[in-house]
Amino acid sequence: MRRFPETALKKLAIAAFYLALWQGLASLVGRSLLLPGPFETIERLVALFSEGAAWAAAGMTLLRILSGYLLGIAAGVLLAWFTARSRLMDALLRPLRAVVKATPVTSFILLALLWLSSGLVPVCIAFLMTLPIVWANVHEGLVNVDAQLLEMARVFRLTRWKRIREIEIPSVLPQFLAACTTALGFAWKSGVAAEVIAVPRHAVGSALYLSKLTLETADLFAWTLLVILLSMMLEALLVRLLGRIRHD
Amino acid sequence: MIELKDLTVAYGDKPVLRGLDATLPDDGCVAVRGASGAGKTTLLRVLAGLVAPAAGSISGLSQRRVSMVFQEDRLLPWRSALENVALVSNGDTARECLALVGLSKEGDRLPGALSGGMRRRVAIARALAYSDDVLLLDEPFTGLDAALRARVAAEIRSRARLIVLVTHDAEEEALLGAGCGIALGG
Repeated sequence: MRRFPETALKKLAIAAFYLALWQGLASLVGRSLLLPGPFETIERLVALFSEGAAWAAAGMTLLRILSGYLLGIAAGVLLAWFTARSRLMDALLRPLRAVVKATPVTSFILLALLWLSSGLVPVCIAFLMTLPIVWANVHEGLVNVDAQLLEMARVFRLTRWKRIREIEIPSVLPQFLAACTTALGFAWKSGVAAEVIAVPRHAVGSALYLSKLTLETADLFAWTLLVILLSMMLEALLVRLLGRIRHD
Repeated sequence: MIELKDLTVAYGDKPVLRGLDATLPDDGCVAVRGASGAGKTTLLRVLAGLVAPAAGSISGLSQRRVSMVFQEDRLLPWRSALENVALVSNGDTARECLALVGLSKEGDRLPGALSGGMRRRVAIARALAYSDDVLLLDEPFTGLDAALRARVAAEIRSRARLIVLVTHDAEEEALLGAGCGIALGG
């Protein structure tokens, strides 16, 4: 019981330290066009929300990136299933994964912009960021399922479904959850970058781009702060969700 | 009667069993004997259907229900002792078999929370729960003290129809009532 307020106090002190540092640097620079202070930034963020623009932008950005992320997870698991089952499939598809992993995200964004409407570009990018991570990890997990347990399943004639549920899924779960956590960060940052370049309507990334264009540096900071806050919120949500899955 | 005729098993190019002829009775206990590396575990694996022989044949086993205690425990680490046994049977049989090996109170514990000897007994309970017909045992009593060995051996004997036993310990053969034996290698 005594530890909790102590750690909370510590965290508050650390936050205060960085806010003071930021404020100090801003005062030193003295021009909010180059470096707005923390209070100005927060003030702008509150204003953006009360104007209503931030709600729509945050909502749509979340929707785009999360749908790409979830599709990426689904496709990654499916591909991992195929490539773990068949050596031929693995040999055939592995180069594809390597290419997707090595291609700069900006190349994908520009290509996607050629082929898709601007609103779909972030979805596609979040998908492409998530897919290879989940695919590679789940594949690794599936081919490393304990061969002794699989033999045990054969001797006791477990049904296919029972083998999947009782042996394969629990074996792969830790790697799958780790991949989901890593992929979320990548999907989020790349998705926002895609919005900056594709400039769809109602998007945090578009707002970032426009505030840079109009030299509203305080807005640029406010939108960035929103990106960070949303990212932290998503991660906290994911951790809670994953904690629940682990304990089931 | 289970008959092995000219049975040859190879891992890659290396033959492990070569031209083995043997007859197993329908019930009782058969000990598989031989120096280490003579193919004792391999013979059990063939009988369990895990390895296909390169040549030769086995007859009389296809209608039987074959259960096995592996050299390793091979329990699911994420399932409780009872769930591990129930994996291959129904809940009532699982509880009954855990009780047979003296683990009725440990049913809810995960394998990681059990001692080595307890895990061994869960593996034995699982094998018993799956089948009381043919039971393949590979060093089944590792980690069990003398009193437990005697008790568990008696339960296995009274339940299983045919036991095929691999052990380095003549006393364990006696406990399980091994009559005849199959000599491998040499």
